[in-house]
Amino acid sequence: MVFLWSFIVGGIICVIGQLILDVAKLTPGHTLSILVVIGAILNGFGLYEPLIDFAGAGATVPITSFGNSLVHGALEEAEKHGLIGVITGMFEVTSSGISSAIIFGMIGALIFKPKG
Amino acid sequence: MAKEKTNYQKYEQKLEPKRPVLKNCIKAFIIGGLICVFGQLISTIYMYFFDFTEQTVGNPTVATLIFITMLLTGFGVYDKIAQFAGAGTAVPVTGFGNAVISAAIEHRTEGFVQGVGGNMFKLAGSVILFGVFSAFIIALIKTIFSYWS
Repeated sequence: MVFLWSFIVGGIICVIGQLILDVAKLTPGHTLSILVVIGAILNGFGLYEPLIDFAGAGATVPITSFGNSLVHGALEEAEKHGLIGVITGMFEVTSSGISSAIIFGMIGALIFKPKG
Repeated sequence: MAKEKTNYQKYEQKLEPKRPVLKNCIKAFIIGGLICVFGQLISTIYMYFFDFTEQTVGNPTVATLIFITMLLTGFGVYDKIAQFAGAGTAVPVTGFGNAVISAAIEHRTEGFVQGVGGNMFKLAGSVILFGVFSAFIIALIKTIFSYWS
């Protein structure tokens, strides 16, 4: 069942992105930035965690989850260490997206040659 | 000057081909949904064989997806899928990975420090910037509110 919901929820988030691209006519960079901010705001209202419980990868794979986990890490650390935790905890949860992008980006640049 | 600009913009709008919004949305829905289902499959495997919960399994799933993206980007397959799917491949975390990895591969001819290092986050940097900054503001507001109440 979670497979069906992850398909539907993930698909809907992609459609929202496509609508921002086509109807609002923004660049992909703008679109992704808007979606990340939306994810952060949703977490601020406590709405993103239930979505992950409900849709699994449908909520964790789209880029909105990046904003969600940034806020999540910051709040978790802020609970322990107070206001400074907002800064120190920022990348606590979401490190894997950025670190794997950097690592595999470097490996990719070592292995593959540019085309064209 | 201002009037001239609006006239030109009207002219430009008239010439621009109408985008097939509905068709694009259906493509984005199907491909984006399939990527998420694939992610769910990876998540399920991680939860079954390793000690991950539904909330923590996102991290290894994202790393695995970006690894696959590296292979697809390197062999030039990702661009072909992206041309068809539009936001369906851009919005999932694979799109973020593709932006970083393709920039890294493209600029390797300029050297590893200036080329790869300097250009890796050319496209994806804005996502990190606005993600981090908005997260900072939101977490700050929430923390201050929690002190008050």
